[in-house]
Amino acid sequence: MAEEKKDPAFRLRETKGQMSWPPYAPGTHVRESDIREKKINYSWWEPEVQYAWSAGHAMNVFLDGLKKGKIMGINCKRCDRILVPPRMFCEYCYGPTEEWVEVGDTGIIETYSISYLDSDANRITEPILIGVIDFDNSPPHHGIMHYFGEMDKEKIKIGMKVKAVWKPENEREGAITDIKYFKPMEGE
Amino acid sequence: MKEVAVIGGGMTMFRRHLKETGKELSYYAAKMAMEDAGITKKDIDMVVMGSAPDAFDGVHLKGENLLDGAAAAGKPYVRVFNGGGTGVFAPIAGWWHVASGVADICLVVCEEKMGNCYPHPQTAFRHIWDPILDRPLNPNLVWLFAMEYNRYMNFAAQKMGISVEKCKEWIAEVAVKNKRNAVGHPCAQLADPNITVKDVLESEIMAWPVNRLDISPPSDGAAALIYCSKDVVHKFTDDPIYVGGVGWNIDSTMWTNRDLYFPRYVANAAKMCYKKAGINNPTRDIDFAEPYDPFTYKELHHMEGMLLCEKGEAAKMTHEGETQRDGRMPICPSGGLLGVGNPIAATMGQKVCELYWQLAGKAGKRQIPGDPRVGVGMAWGDIMQMATVIALRRG
Repeated sequence: MAEEKKDPAFRLRETKGQMSWPPYAPGTHVRESDIREKKINYSWWEPEVQYAWSAGHAMNVFLDGLKKGKIMGINCKRCDRILVPPRMFCEYCYGPTEEWVEVGDTGIIETYSISYLDSDANRITEPILIGVIDFDNSPPHHGIMHYFGEMDKEKIKIGMKVKAVWKPENEREGAITDIKYFKPMEGE
Repeated sequence: MKEVAVIGGGMTMFRRHLKETGKELSYYAAKMAMEDAGITKKDIDMVVMGSAPDAFDGVHLKGENLLDGAAAAGKPYVRVFNGGGTGVFAPIAGWWHVASGVADICLVVCEEKMGNCYPHPQTAFRHIWDPILDRPLNPNLVWLFAMEYNRYMNFAAQKMGISVEKCKEWIAEVAVKNKRNAVGHPCAQLADPNITVKDVLESEIMAWPVNRLDISPPSDGAAALIYCSKDVVHKFTDDPIYVGGVGWNIDSTMWTNRDLYFPRYVANAAKMCYKKAGINNPTRDIDFAEPYDPFTYKELHHMEGMLLCEKGEAAKMTHEGETQRDGRMPICPSGGLLGVGNPIAATMGQKVCELYWQLAGKAGKRQIPGDPRVGVGMAWGDIMQMATVIALRRG
């Protein structure tokens, strides 16, 4: 507290009357071991909640497409763009979208990361390659997030041409994971 | 509309996990702000609470859980929330309570207890992703920012005519500046007077291009702010700090359908705020800024969105020292999220309370030299789409 009393902010407040509480309450730090070794009182709760989300109209067509090895987009004629992932309305002009189109399963890497963290922030030694893929038949900067595979982490770069690698047809279930990953196209 | 003045600020220490409950932290921060303003609970007309996803605290109806600590029992009270944007959005909501004339005095409290989510709050972030498209891929939130960082860095390197490696070095300078700035902050979790660019670049890679020291830490903490109407401000101070303007804007949820190199929603929010605040030329009319810096590159990305420099050139400005506390445009003089800590909503302490402390000459060791008259704070949230901006001015 001696340090904080030198702070002009503290002096300014003191001029307004008696402080009833120290400023910048220091708090008490809890360590991981305090919990593990039960050095502090605490209560514990592990929620068990389950959900089943229906995919909705637009994503239903998209997921059915994946089962057939097709990536489906839908166009907004007013904004002259193909929306992928698809939706029943365009969020910008707020009109309905119109015609379903296949955007192909090839594209370029819009951006990527080489991750040494898994989904729970645990460290992993073999990195996960993840990124956004812009499809050849969709407008620039319109794509989806997915994994990269058969890819050298030293060679991955923005703008690299990639192609989807699909699960065998009998293993597809109408999920984004029906695409295993995107791999570099020949010559990349 | 009424003119709105800031008459008190408060903040607790930020730490990875604090023994204090959310209510207790809220009490400490609110009490400090009330002492600063020289008011008691009975003087407060209305209370706004800001707190981010319920999943961190592990209590649904979190606003209701926290209200007693926020001096709100028996008063009009609302909790607002837009992810990381909350730290500036809660004070925006507080502003309209007073600007509209429905309250003369409004207390804003922001609280976050990420430490409750055990063993790591990252687990709670799993629940924010789109359930159909993203969640089956088991994404980690850091991936998202790593991808935006990479896209931005590639653009910025090209714009500045330097290599990507050099650009990453300049981006790392943000962590060095902010962790050093935080040395003067009584609440700081990660202040480091001796940190170097090499330390940042050599810290473990989390998700390339993000290294460990590119990220602000999860924290527990609270902050508070007290507003009053210009009609009653003479009771509290002769040299008031006013809210010049506020702005907020959100882009589409479809983040894979836009170019991540530039946050246009930040520009929209900033323009809305600047128009109200009479800021015609941001680089000339703004004396210092507190853009949201949960990651090193975000400070730069946000400076560009806030029109404080040309697109893709904020790293150069940083490298040339212009954003240091004694530079031409001090950026994050508080130490920001990278230096002080990132208890999501409670970063109101760095992004808004700091503006007040700097303009009122109460920032202690962090005081910007000269005579700052206009400061702008900004926060960023939801899934790379929400921007909240506030401008404070003296007199």
